Amino acid sequence: MMPVVLWTDALIFLLTAVVTVFVVYARSKPHLRAPWHRVFRGRIAAASVVVLLAFVITGLLDSVHFRLQLDNNGNSDINHYSGEVLSALDVLLGPIRTQVEKTYSAPFATHLFARETIELEDGTRVRDYPRLLYGGRHLSGSGEDKWRDILQRSLLALAETLLAGVAIFYVTAALLGRRTGSSPRAMLQAIVRRKTGLPWRTLLTTITLLLLLVFLAINLASDFHVLGTDKVGQDVFYLTMKSIRTGLVIGTLTTLIMLPFAIFMGIVAGYARGWVDDVVQYIYTTLNSIPGVLLIAASILMLQVYISNHPEYFETTVERADIRLLFLCIILGITSWTGLCRLLRGESLKLRETEYIQAAISFGVAHGRIITRHILPNVMHVVLITVVLDFSGLVLAEAVLSYVGVGVDPTMNSWGNMINSARLEMAREPVVWWSLLSAFIFMFMLVLAANLFSDAVRDAFDPRTRAR
Amino acid sequence: MLAYIVRRVVYAIPILIGVNLLTFYLFFVVNSPDDMARMHLGMKRVTPEAIDKWKAGHGYDKPLLLNSEASALDKVTDTIFFEKSLKLFVFDFGYSDDGRDISYDIGQRMMPSLAIAIPSLLIGVMVNITFALLMAFFRGTYLDISGVILCVVLMSISAMFYIIGGQYLLAKLFRLMPISGFDSGLIALKFILLPVVISVISGIGSGARWYRTFFLEEAGKDYVRTARAKGLSESLVMFRHILRNALIPIVTGVVVLLPLLFMGSLLLESFFAIPGLGSYTIDAINNQDFAIVRVMVFLGSVLYIVGLILVDISYTLVDPRVRLT
Repeated sequence: MMPVVLWTDALIFLLTAVVTVFVVYARSKPHLRAPWHRVFRGRIAAASVVVLLAFVITGLLDSVHFRLQLDNNGNSDINHYSGEVLSALDVLLGPIRTQVEKTYSAPFATHLFARETIELEDGTRVRDYPRLLYGGRHLSGSGEDKWRDILQRSLLALAETLLAGVAIFYVTAALLGRRTGSSPRAMLQAIVRRKTGLPWRTLLTTITLLLLLVFLAINLASDFHVLGTDKVGQDVFYLTMKSIRTGLVIGTLTTLIMLPFAIFMGIVAGYARGWVDDVVQYIYTTLNSIPGVLLIAASILMLQVYISNHPEYFETTVERADIRLLFLCIILGITSWTGLCRLLRGESLKLRETEYIQAAISFGVAHGRIITRHILPNVMHVVLITVVLDFSGLVLAEAVLSYVGVGVDPTMNSWGNMINSARLEMAREPVVWWSLLSAFIFMFMLVLAANLFSDAVRDAFDPRTRAR
Repeated sequence: MLAYIVRRVVYAIPILIGVNLLTFYLFFVVNSPDDMARMHLGMKRVTPEAIDKWKAGHGYDKPLLLNSEASALDKVTDTIFFEKSLKLFVFDFGYSDDGRDISYDIGQRMMPSLAIAIPSLLIGVMVNITFALLMAFFRGTYLDISGVILCVVLMSISAMFYIIGGQYLLAKLFRLMPISGFDSGLIALKFILLPVVISVISGIGSGARWYRTFFLEEAGKDYVRTARAKGLSESLVMFRHILRNALIPIVTGVVVLLPLLFMGSLLLESFFAIPGLGSYTIDAINNQDFAIVRVMVFLGSVLYIVGLILVDISYTLVDPRVRLT
């Protein structure tokens, strides 16, 4: 096994580390803890955070990449590695990745979606829907008892969820009870009656509901294509799970990349004023005036020319797709940093005139120190709100860009590519609806959770709404 | 007023020069014309002669910035930068990579784009104002809260899904209107209907929620309290006072979009096969026609700047407190 660290992997883990450090730091500072506490006190926000976390964990699992070693038959001492880059999520999803059918099949189908000529044992040929290679393979005959089997498995999943749910509720109550000194039983009652500071009941219920989905997937996905298969017979459930990472990378790395520029230029322009301000304003007006999609298109076209002229730099297709994804994030960052920069410029123009900064200036504190110690902490809420608000928009933008042909690499799993191919599937008769619907549902869940969460963050951090 | 507009137009020139230099850098320096030729001819069997022929055929065989072989003024004018970039300033767009006159194509495709974009914008704004006004009228009640939640849900749905779902439901299942296509004259109406409906619906979520904040902001101001204290009915306060004042940010927000309507909508036009500028751009991107993309980038920037100037002018028209100097 050879670990492969793609560029986006490295950045994602860097981002995770930064967020973790920040969480640890914020927990120790009351003034930072207070607004976050306000965020989590809302029930909708708490539920959406749990959903977001589920997506993030999937994305992180999908970011641990490696290449498997090939058998070298003892011929040489040099180890050869497979050209296929796998991730931890691939290992977890195990058989789903390799159980590839011939072509389309509906969710839970036992037979292929298209008629084919089948040769029977006695040599005659009929045109019929052939049995799937993997979907419902354990069923006897042509799968008449399919629904009973599915029902049994679902009930099993439900029972497992109930057990796990009770366990989660009890363990949480016991842990919380130990901290406050009350018995687990009393704590459990407090949780169920919503007498706790944080909405524990909502949090735990959301976790249990997510667990239900997990158990359903464990019980059903290994023997059925729960969301059908696509044109080349790949499991749609697998494809949507793999697309989560792409969406998250676009939503988070784009802001991570543009953040240093936006913060630095915005604050310096507002603080220094004069010609520095003019230059920064000129830069962002110029970038802003180019229609975003066209600038992205132009840059991606140029990247395509570059990649096709330098194939030697990219060892595997995954690495090539990854560079394109990173580049897309950079370009999206270049087109989207202007908004934050303008906000920060205005904010630091205002802050500059406040008494405490005027005092710091007259005390002769160095400019760099004023910016980092006095201005930066006081504009952080603007940065945070923008980052959270931008996330959902970027996830949605990915789909549009992939459709236009300037999004992620066509070989990369993404909701945009899935929706793009669904366009032709919807024109078929009968309609192939499942890949569009599954891409849509996953994307919708992520974006909805992000939107609800960002509303809560804005309400908690924005001084204007807080005063109301 | 006139002096102000003239000054703004003069200010726009350095920005356009910046845009121009940036596109020039992207299209001719990051990748040389040789790369483009190789890309267009395909990777295999590319002889240097074929590259030279392609470059000569498209006018890319000149030096980038300075032609040292030419004499006098031609030193500067007989270059790619002058031919391909500077001529954009006089709206001389030249020919696309497959030899069509870009200006002619743009003129042809402008009307279908506008036929979709103008009704979508106008109807969309009216629908959004209506919904936002309703939510603001019932503010704080369950009607308002469920309205806001519905807006967030609608916002979270990808525009692509609205289009594909709408095409499937309204055109394929119920057969209410044609799935896609375009025609001239009055027959075009039935082709315009579906894109406009879908574009309005997909905009309700973010639009209505955004406008609602304008209404609520106005509703909290002192003059509104005064109006209520005088004993005016709530609906009269809503329409005579709040609506009229909240329209200021709404109108200016619409005005900035007006010039960009010429560019058309990329998604709608390509899904509905409407021969407008949006699908023109998408086709150019897919065919890797750099000449068209370059022209559209420049055109888009010009229209954006025109939009900014129009916003300032419209402020003076809708808000008598604002004076431009």
